[in-house]
Amino acid sequence: MSTLTDLRRSMVAEARRRQRLTWLISAVVLVALPWIFSSSFSISIMTQIGIAIIFALSYNMLLGQGGMLSFGHAAYFGLGGFLAMHAMNYIADGAIPLPVPLLPLIGGVIGLFFGFIIGTFSTRRAGTVFAMISLGVAELIAALSLIFVGFFGGEEGVSSNRTKGPDFFGFNFGPDIQVYYVAAFWALIAAIAMFLFSRTPAGRMANAVRDNAERAEFIGYSQRNVRMISFCLSGFFAGLAGGMFAIAYEIVTEETLNMNQSGAVLLMAYIGGVGYFIGPIIGAIIMTLLRTVLSNFTELWMLYVGLLFIATVMFVPSGLTGLLMMHGPAWKRRSLKRLLAPYAAISIPSLAVIMGVGGLLELTHFAHTTSMDDRVMTLFSIPMNIDSLLPWAGLIALFIGGVLGVRRLRPMLLDAWADANGAGGGD
Amino acid sequence: METAIRLNRLHKSFGPTPIITDVNLDIVKGERHAIIGPNGAGKSTLFHLISGRYEPTSGDIELNGESIGGLPPYEIYRKGLSRSFQVTNIFARMSVYENIRCAVLWVKGYKYSFWNRVDNMEDVNERTEEILERINLADRAFVPAGLLAYAEQRALEIGIAIAGGNQVIILDEPTAGMSHSETEQVVELIRSVSEGKTLVMVEHDMGVVFNLADRISVLVYGRIIATDTPENIRANPAVQEAYLGVEADHE
Ligand SMILES: Nc1ncnc2c1ncn2[C@@H]1O[C@H](COP(=O)(O)OP(=O)(O)OP(=O)(O)O)[C@@H](O)[C@H]1O
Ligand SMILES: [Mg+2]
Repeated sequence: MSTLTDLRRSMVAEARRRQRLTWLISAVVLVALPWIFSSSFSISIMTQIGIAIIFALSYNMLLGQGGMLSFGHAAYFGLGGFLAMHAMNYIADGAIPLPVPLLPLIGGVIGLFFGFIIGTFSTRRAGTVFAMISLGVAELIAALSLIFVGFFGGEEGVSSNRTKGPDFFGFNFGPDIQVYYVAAFWALIAAIAMFLFSRTPAGRMANAVRDNAERAEFIGYSQRNVRMISFCLSGFFAGLAGGMFAIAYEIVTEETLNMNQSGAVLLMAYIGGVGYFIGPIIGAIIMTLLRTVLSNFTELWMLYVGLLFIATVMFVPSGLTGLLMMHGPAWKRRSLKRLLAPYAAISIPSLAVIMGVGGLLELTHFAHTTSMDDRVMTLFSIPMNIDSLLPWAGLIALFIGGVLGVRRLRPMLLDAWADANGAGGGD
Repeated sequence: METAIRLNRLHKSFGPTPIITDVNLDIVKGERHAIIGPNGAGKSTLFHLISGRYEPTSGDIELNGESIGGLPPYEIYRKGLSRSFQVTNIFARMSVYENIRCAVLWVKGYKYSFWNRVDNMEDVNERTEEILERINLADRAFVPAGLLAYAEQRALEIGIAIAGGNQVIILDEPTAGMSHSETEQVVELIRSVSEGKTLVMVEHDMGVVFNLADRISVLVYGRIIATDTPENIRANPAVQEAYLGVEADHE
């Protein structure tokens, strides 16, 4: 047996062990989380994160794994949600004896169905053609959702009651915590399934078609069929996420399938990092936290998400996961600690830049929306009068000082980086 | 003698420009056949026609007696023909190992399976490793293909073409841009992988051509002006005039 065979076998065995451990730990963490974050606010956020993880992973089956840039992935999420919602009504009427936790499967089948229909004409080519078709189809479905009021419920959407289902081990899914566990269950199952898919011939060939669709045809695979499989399965998991959404909110509106939602999932996957399986998971966590937590503090949260997205595209196209992975070599060399002090140092002026920009944006926003007799805004615990020059000048100074500081410290950080990664000298 | 590939009055034009004109050629099963000709003669175009990248304007192509003209590349591959490219055409972001493994999957019968994991396919993986040893890339197996050196990418290019084990292999300038010693290695590789198979190759290096080929066809301005054994091609005055002249003197 060749050494390569031995090497591969040991690598596969090692990877298997790591994966099993990862899934096990994830399961334990998912079970334990509500004990650590037990407020109803955090439980609702964690449920949303679970849904977002399924949705973002399904999106990345297209973008990261298959090289298909979709601007309309919410269509499958939303359609899955609406159908699951109607199914929930039938359940509540006693018409179908389906336990409520299985509703996401209905969403999934609907997502699969629409994926199949739309995939037959959209997966012929990737690139711009695919992107434009995805946009057009999603716009079409969003428009239809406002026209077919009977099915989509118009502006109010469709709502139902999740507690009226047949008995399911004594749970009625009234309490949010029970819903959280349903979401956590599906998030874990879906993540495992999507990961396993990436290891199958269809999943591997999705990567091949992404890299070089033409050559894939010269090793026996139709690029269209390869994309079609990813596309249908991606629709299935998006619909599954939509069905889970229906359970969590008991209401599904046009907002679940409009362009904002399609944009949001793109941002999640991209900010997290489309080149890594866990990228969209990280993106889903961060984006959901930003949306739920940041929106409590500022109305401008979407603007900050946009800035974060632009910064990711410009500075770390491999996303936050890519940023983490860049530290792999230094971690292996046990020299990561050499980066701690430089990071701490540069974080101070960086924070100044962020506070300067954020402060100016908040102040401007306040100045445009406030009344004549409310001129004082409290920012960073400091009352600031927008009619005085001082807060503006202070924030500008903070910003400029921060920029200068970052520029000043940059060479030191780069040196430390090279040092930690062993450039210039031996080990 | 059975024919592996038969080209029958094959024509190809791009717009009004004819590139391949009335090409008739029988490639015999089991032979090693070289196609030579000056730059721009249409050699690559001919390969693109045979492998399904282009559709013939008119005429017919047969593979093992079956008409394949105008079929998509994957259908032609499934009928037993695989190819390499003159300009390296690999899966750049995937590892070298994955590149070869993907090229093994179809022939091993896994098709579009989305329920079997590749890690469990011992037949696929062992075949992949055998190919990697053969093309001398075993120690580069887990490097992204895009990071390989030029000659290594060329070896991978050939590896992808031969990985599935198809009976008919067509190689477009497999030694392009290689050094002398690299060329020698590739010639040995081609010799061993084409054992018992049908090989058609485009090649500019006359040393390689006369070393490997059982028969040679000369393509000039989209027409085949001669098909014969290496000795007869060397002696053919029309070929010498049209193309070989200078190089033949060097031999
Ligand atoms: N897609 C195309 N559209 C238009 N013209 C083309 C196309 N492909 C090839 N040609 C033209 O056909 C002619 C033959 O090209 P081809 O690549 O087949 O030559 P070749 O014999 O392989 O040459 P080389 O030895 O340089 O590789 C060239 O003049 C080229 O410009
Ligand atoms: Mg050529």
